[in-house]
Amino acid sequence: MNENKMSVGAFFQKYTMIIALVVVVIFFAILTGGKNLLPGNINNLISQNGYVFVLAAGMLLCILTGGNIDLSVGSVVCFTAAVGCVLMDNNVNMWIAVLAMLAIGLLIGTFQGFWIAKLHVPAFIATLSGMYAFRGFSNVVLGGYQVSVTNETFLNLFGGGAKCYVPDFIRQAMGTTGKPNLTCLAIGIVAVLIFIGLKVRKILIQKKLNIHQSIPAQLATTAIISAVAIWLTLKLASHKGFPTVLIWIGLVLGIYQYITTKTAIGRHLYAVGGNEKATALSGVKTRNVYWFAYASIGLMAGLAGILTAARAKGIDPTYAEGYEMDAIASCFIGGASAYGGVGKVSGMIVGAVLMGVINQGMNIVGVDSNFQKVVKGLVLLLAVVFDVLSKRQKR
Amino acid sequence: MAKILLEMKNITKTFPGVKALDNVNFQVEEGEIHALVGENGAGKSTLMNVLSGIYPYGTYEGDIVYDGKVCQFHKIKDSEKLGIVIIHQELALVPEMTIGENMYLGNERGHKFAIDWNTTYSEADKYLRMVGLSESSKTQVKDIGTGKQQLVEIAKALAKQARLLILDEPTSSLNEEDSRALLDLMLGFKKQGMTMIIISHKLNEVAYVADKITVVRDGSTIETIDNRGPEPVSEERIIKGMVGREMTNRFPKREGVTVGDIQLEVENWTVHHPLYPERKVVDNVSMYVRKGEVVGIYGLMGAGRTELAMSIFGQTYGTNISGEMKIDGKPVKIKKGAADAIKHKIAYVTEDRKGNGLVLSQSIKVNTSLAHLDAISSHMVIDGDKEYAVAEEYREKLKTKTPSVEQLVGNLSGGNQQKVLLAKWMFAEPDIMLLDEPTRGIDVGAKYEIYCIINDLAAAGKCVVMISSELPEVLGMSDRIYIMNEGKFVGEMKASEATQENIMALILQSGRGD
Repeated sequence: MNENKMSVGAFFQKYTMIIALVVVVIFFAILTGGKNLLPGNINNLISQNGYVFVLAAGMLLCILTGGNIDLSVGSVVCFTAAVGCVLMDNNVNMWIAVLAMLAIGLLIGTFQGFWIAKLHVPAFIATLSGMYAFRGFSNVVLGGYQVSVTNETFLNLFGGGAKCYVPDFIRQAMGTTGKPNLTCLAIGIVAVLIFIGLKVRKILIQKKLNIHQSIPAQLATTAIISAVAIWLTLKLASHKGFPTVLIWIGLVLGIYQYITTKTAIGRHLYAVGGNEKATALSGVKTRNVYWFAYASIGLMAGLAGILTAARAKGIDPTYAEGYEMDAIASCFIGGASAYGGVGKVSGMIVGAVLMGVINQGMNIVGVDSNFQKVVKGLVLLLAVVFDVLSKRQKR
Repeated sequence: MAKILLEMKNITKTFPGVKALDNVNFQVEEGEIHALVGENGAGKSTLMNVLSGIYPYGTYEGDIVYDGKVCQFHKIKDSEKLGIVIIHQELALVPEMTIGENMYLGNERGHKFAIDWNTTYSEADKYLRMVGLSESSKTQVKDIGTGKQQLVEIAKALAKQARLLILDEPTSSLNEEDSRALLDLMLGFKKQGMTMIIISHKLNEVAYVADKITVVRDGSTIETIDNRGPEPVSEERIIKGMVGREMTNRFPKREGVTVGDIQLEVENWTVHHPLYPERKVVDNVSMYVRKGEVVGIYGLMGAGRTELAMSIFGQTYGTNISGEMKIDGKPVKIKKGAADAIKHKIAYVTEDRKGNGLVLSQSIKVNTSLAHLDAISSHMVIDGDKEYAVAEEYREKLKTKTPSVEQLVGNLSGGNQQKVLLAKWMFAEPDIMLLDEPTRGIDVGAKYEIYCIINDLAAAGKCVVMISSELPEVLGMSDRIYIMNEGKFVGEMKASEATQENIMALILQSGRGD
């Protein structure tokens, strides 16, 4: 209803970060002469930032509960990766190692969540102690040295090495080789068709129930998302196909999108962050909500450990330092509120991509790595300042 | 006639959705103690906040004339510079700091970058003696009692060279003895020429200390009573001003309601304060509510009404709760936490809708379903379409004014927020509804609509407990009234027998009794 008549100002306010992302992409496209849009670089953007998406998804739930963050994830990523690598190094079955990494991550998250949820230890402190402790444990497990992974299946499946792409089954069946990757194209197109089908179904249901929501706006977003997906598919198909890490990213983002929008626990996360007392008086066991959030980010740290170990083909006690900050920054740039209760998976994705694009663009241009950190910091500050200011105007 | 020190002319202050002050005129003479009385939400504190610059110049209409000059206060410091100092109802002291540090907080002695602690403590001691405290100013605030903390607040105000001292409910947390000492201290200051404004609910104290009493009602000053005669003004006279308004058509008639069997019964219910377990907040209360009945609980702020309701609602307030509860004649033990209370079909609609009622950053839809998500979800997965339909249904039923149920609750007016809160609890399908100040801070029109909803609930056979500190509302809406004071039920009457005067008299008697 009123979305139809959305003013230009409101439009910019709602889609600030997407507009910023487009501007930044164009900016670097001009600066690098289009290099940042080459298929290889698009592919790298995804592969390099796999861990950011996974960790930021978990982090978003923590932030939703009231601006709480998890400082330990970098160390936990390193620790789970260390355990997994050592296991595989000792010829333990790869799947057992993978399960062990996920289980350890979940266990650590549950453990830290216990202190936060049940004993009211401030999340900042509980996870700061985890940050120290698990960095230390990583060192102990690795004996201070790097341990590498040689298991081909593991590397291929989790996005490391030269062959970490979804193989082109269609061309294999046809007995040909070459580009573009037909399987990639097929999957991309089918996925987009399914997406469009679901959206249309949703709009039809809304119409039947007489729910007033702007249909043109919904169609427009559907069209834009589909177009971006097709564009991405074309780029990747003309490179080596879908990187396997994209499967895991997609899986995680899909699940978290579902949790935050469709489930009761997702609703509780927003409610606790918005007004914990009111939520408790509504019969929700609020402390368990915190516990859930921290257990979930632990599991994500386990998965990120797997992805990191695969991408680096091993692990070193100093790896994954500062990963927590990338995840936190993605959420805040993506519009999550530092006070909790507000934030979306879609926003977080935009935030993570924006950070990734800026990083990569600066790398291609050849900006000094120290200066890159300065830029990252400024981007985070600007994003949050803008958010605060735009909210102040509303009042 | 003495010189007029302060004159507030035609002050109007609007909050989103509510006119808190409507063309208020208020005069204070130099050297007098002037009392402001009125019900909760009448606008006393708002008026004082306008005066002290908490609501800065420009956010209200009208003029403040102080000492013959028109003033524009942009912040508290501006008014304090002229000697207008306000002492708020809630003590604003930092418990971990010393008395001296607290007294000069934001007003530090010496240089900004080098606080002169010797001056700080010696001056602090001087002012402490003036208010009759013998403590050293190096004592930590947490180590002295509430009564003395109140005196420290006054010493702090004196240290700011107060000329016009405003005390907002200074005795609300004090016992009889400390209260009397404080009032005598005020009379002492008056002799030295200080001007004071006191806001208080305790009319006996007002009658004792004040020279003039101004009554505020519904955001307007009604009258100013002179109390300088040989006989102090009677409390009944003040009450008449506070509550005496036309009662025609302010409350909808309830028709065709048959009051059924007793549904909720509470016996010998005692609740202790969660932080000070030796304090009884609710003391041996027994009550019952029938199906289709609206039972009013009247009491002033701090009487223990909210605490009683919340302790019934799954022990969400208090410790060491004792007593028996029966629902439909069967004894029940409700586990701690709101979830079990909701399972027993009890709902508690809070008095503090922003603080612990609604999630302001979420939509009407989300708030409506929050207490009863099970009904619109299967296996923890929410059916969004069903949820929307439910929110729409209640929006229509309660006539909530909003463009859509996707609207954020934070953007609604107070009355519409209250409707969303009611919708949330009606959707939880309770049999017993505990409504705590259901019309606080909303305007007259919205109040009427809320009253209609309450009547509909009773007509549907729910038992409704309505807690209120507005006497006319209690009288107009209830079938039966319990009167509560200082944690105890001091009376029970049928609405037909109750009058404002006899209810107030009950409270005053019980207050004097101990």
